[in-house]
Amino acid sequence: MPPTFIHPALDLNGRVELRHGSGGRAMAQLIEQLFWRTLDNELLRQGNDQALFQPPPGRLVISTDAHVITPLLFPGGDIGHLSVHGTINDVAMSGARPLYLAAAFILEEGLPLSDLAHIVASMAQAANAAGVPVITGDTKVVERGKADGCFITTTGIGVVPEGVMISGERATAGDAILVSGTLGDHGIAVMAAREQLGLEMELISDSAALHELVAAMVAAVPQMHCLRDPTRGGMAATLNELAQQSQVGMQIKESAIPVREPVRGVCELLGLDPLHVANEGKLIAICPADHAQRLLATMRAHPLGQDAAIIGEVVEDRHCFVQLHTQLGGWRVVDWLGGEQLPRIC
Amino acid sequence: MMTTALKYYLDEDLYALALPLTGGAEAICKLFSVVGQNLGDVKGRSGDQVLQKLLGVPSAALESPLHNHTGLENFILMKYIDEFRDAAVAKQLAAAIACEVDPARQYRLMEFCGGHTHAIFRYGVADLLPPNVVFVHGPGCPVCVLPMARLDHTIQLALEHEVMLCSYGDLLRVPASHGQTLLSAKAQGADVRMIYSTQDALGLARAHPTRQVVLFAIGFETTTPPTAVALTTAAAHALENFSIFCNHLLTPPALRAILTASFDVNSPLGIDGILGPSHVSTIIGSVPYQFVPDEFGIPLVIAGFEPLDVLHSTLMLVRQINQGGCRLENQYQRAVSSEGNRKAQALMQDVFVVRDQFEWRGLGRLPHSALALHPRYAAFDAETRFAVTLPTSTETKGCECAQVLRGQLKPTDCTLFGRACQPDHPLGACMVSAEGACAAYWHYGRFRTPPETN
Ligand code: SF4
Repeated sequence: MPPTFIHPALDLNGRVELRHGSGGRAMAQLIEQLFWRTLDNELLRQGNDQALFQPPPGRLVISTDAHVITPLLFPGGDIGHLSVHGTINDVAMSGARPLYLAAAFILEEGLPLSDLAHIVASMAQAANAAGVPVITGDTKVVERGKADGCFITTTGIGVVPEGVMISGERATAGDAILVSGTLGDHGIAVMAAREQLGLEMELISDSAALHELVAAMVAAVPQMHCLRDPTRGGMAATLNELAQQSQVGMQIKESAIPVREPVRGVCELLGLDPLHVANEGKLIAICPADHAQRLLATMRAHPLGQDAAIIGEVVEDRHCFVQLHTQLGGWRVVDWLGGEQLPRIC
Repeated sequence: MMTTALKYYLDEDLYALALPLTGGAEAICKLFSVVGQNLGDVKGRSGDQVLQKLLGVPSAALESPLHNHTGLENFILMKYIDEFRDAAVAKQLAAAIACEVDPARQYRLMEFCGGHTHAIFRYGVADLLPPNVVFVHGPGCPVCVLPMARLDHTIQLALEHEVMLCSYGDLLRVPASHGQTLLSAKAQGADVRMIYSTQDALGLARAHPTRQVVLFAIGFETTTPPTAVALTTAAAHALENFSIFCNHLLTPPALRAILTASFDVNSPLGIDGILGPSHVSTIIGSVPYQFVPDEFGIPLVIAGFEPLDVLHSTLMLVRQINQGGCRLENQYQRAVSSEGNRKAQALMQDVFVVRDQFEWRGLGRLPHSALALHPRYAAFDAETRFAVTLPTSTETKGCECAQVLRGQLKPTDCTLFGRACQPDHPLGACMVSAEGACAAYWHYGRFRTPPETN
C-alpha cells in the first residue's frame, strides 16, 4: 500500500464533491481512506481494478442487486447492511455458500462524508459478520439531483454443494411451504421512517444475512425444492413467482403466518397487507411434506429462524393461484401487487 | 363503558384533527375502529392518556413495568381487532344466518361502502354464508365514482399550472383520459406528492412558500372534516399559496339515486336490504338514512367494517327481511349515534356549500350530492384560482362500471373483466382502488371463476 502521507487525512465533516469521482487525488484519497481502510481484506488490499482468486470446486452461482432506499439510514440498519445482506441472500437462495462480494457506488454530490463513512462501516460490519468480504469495487459521483444520496450495487458469487438442487420450478403438489420468521418488518420500518409517521411503536428492519441458516437447512434437508427471499412485493409476490415457475397452486393459512404485532398495527392503520410488504431477512422454503418437520426444527434452532412456521402446502392448480384460508374461515386469492402499495383513503 | 366513553369523544372536540396525532392516539382511534379524526382532543396526549380516558384503565396499570407504553397499546389494539375477526364467533353468526334464511328465497344485500366490499373479499366472508345470501357491491368508494373529468382537471393543474399537487395514495393510479394517471403525470415532471393527512399538505405549503400547493380533497363525509380543518387553518394563518380542489361527496343522495334507478327499471336485481356506511355515519349519524325504509321500504343496517360486523349486520338484515320488517337499525353502535358528530357537521356547514349537482362516475349527474367551498373561502378554491380548459373526457367503451356500481351487473359479467381490464391497466374506475368491486373480485375472488386458459 502506498504511504498515506501522500494524501492528507479525509475530512469527514465535508461532503461528497464531484472531484471525489474525477480520478484525481481526491478520489484516491476517498478510496484509500474510506473504502479500503474500512472494508479491508487481502484481495482488496492488492489495489487492482479486479480481484483474482482460485474458485473452490463445485458449481458457481452469481447474483447482482442494485440497492436504492429512502431514507439511507433506517431503524435496524442502513443501505450499507442492506447491500451486503441482499446479495448474500440472493446467492444463498440457490443453496450456495457465498464467497465474495463486489460493490459499485453511485454517490450524489453533497452527500455528507460522515454518512458515507457510516454506510461503508455498516457494509464492513455486515460483510465481516457474514464472512463474505467485499473484494473489488468502483465509485462514481454524479451531480446533485441526479441520484438520491447513495446507490449501491453489489454482486456476489458463491459455490453450491454437491447434490443440492434448489430452484424455483421444483415446487410439487403436496410439498410443504415454510417461512423463516415474521413478515413485513423491513418494509414497515422503512415506510414509518420515510413518511415520518410519528408512530411510537417499535419498528425495526429485519435486514440479515441468511446464508448460515440456509447452510443448516441444506445440511438437514438436502432434498429441499425451493428457497427464495420475499423482498420487494413481499411474500405474496414470491409465492406467485414460485407458483408460476413451477406451474402449481398454493394454499396458505392466514393464522399460521407470523407477523409482529406492531407491524400488523401499522398495516391496519394504513390499510396495507403485510403479505405485500418487503422483508430483508426472511426466506420461504418449499420441501417434500415428509421432511417439513425436520426442516422446521432446523430453522427454529437457528437465531434467524426462531419464529419459523409451516404456513401451507403446494397444490395442483392449472391457474397457479395462491389462495389464503382467512383467519375468519373463508378463502381469497393472494395476488401480486399492481405497483407500489398505496395507503387507502377510508 | 367503551361505548359511553367513545360517545363522549365523538360529541366532543373535533378540532384536534388539525394537529398531528401521536401514534398511540391514532392506534387507539383505530382500536375503536373509528376514523382517527373523530377522537377529539388527542392533541399532545400520549396514547396512554387517551386509552386511560376511553377505557378507564387505571394509570397504575399503564405504568406497570411489564407493559411499556407502546406494548400495551399494541396489545389492546390487536386484541380488539382480533375480537372482530374471531373465527369461532364468525362460525356462530354464520350458523345463525344459515339456520334463519328461507331456502326458498334470495337475500340480495347491497353493501354501500367500499370498506365493506374490501372486508367481504379480504376475509372471505361470502364463503361462510349460504348461497342464497348474495352481496351486491355498491358505489361507496370515493375513488371509483370520481368522474374522469375531475381527474383530467387535476392532472392539468399539476402539469400546466405547475402546482405542487397533494393527493392521497389510492388516487395516484386512477386512470383519467388517454390512460393518464397522476403517477404518469409525475413521471412527466409534475410535482405530485402523496400525503397521509391534510396536515401534510398544509406542512408542504408552509415549507414551500413560493409554490402553489393544491390539496386534492376527495371522499365522503368521513374525510370532509379534515379538509374543513385544513381550510380554516389555512385561512386563519393566511396561507396564501394553499388551495383546495374539492371533490367531497355526500352519501345519502347517492343511495337515493341507486334506489330510484333500481325502482325505475323495476329490475329483477332489486335489493332486499342494505348494509349502511360505517365511518361516514360516525359523522352524519344514522338519521339521514331514515328515508331508505320510509320511502323505499328497504331495511338498512348501519354496519361496521370488521368482518364480524358484516356478518352480524347480515344476520340483522335477514331477520328483518324474514319478518317483513323495514327499519333502520344500527349495528355499529360502538361508534355511531343517531345524530352523529355535531361539531363536525357544524364545521362542514360553515365551510362548504352543497353543489346543485355533481357528476358521479357510473351514476351520472346527481342533484345535491357533493360539496364545494363556501364563497367565503373562494380565495382558497383551486377551481377559481386556476383557469383550466378541459377537452371532453371519454369513458372507456364497453366498461360496465355504471351497472356494476348500481349492483345490476357483477364484475365478471363485464366482457373486459380480467382480459383488457386488470388492476395493472384498469379501464374503469372499479378496477383501480382495492375497494372497487372489480378490483376486489380480481384481487381476492378470482379463483371462484378462473379465466379459461388458452
Ligand atoms: S371490469 Fe373494468 S371495464 Fe369492466 S366494469 Fe369493471 S372496471 Fe369497468
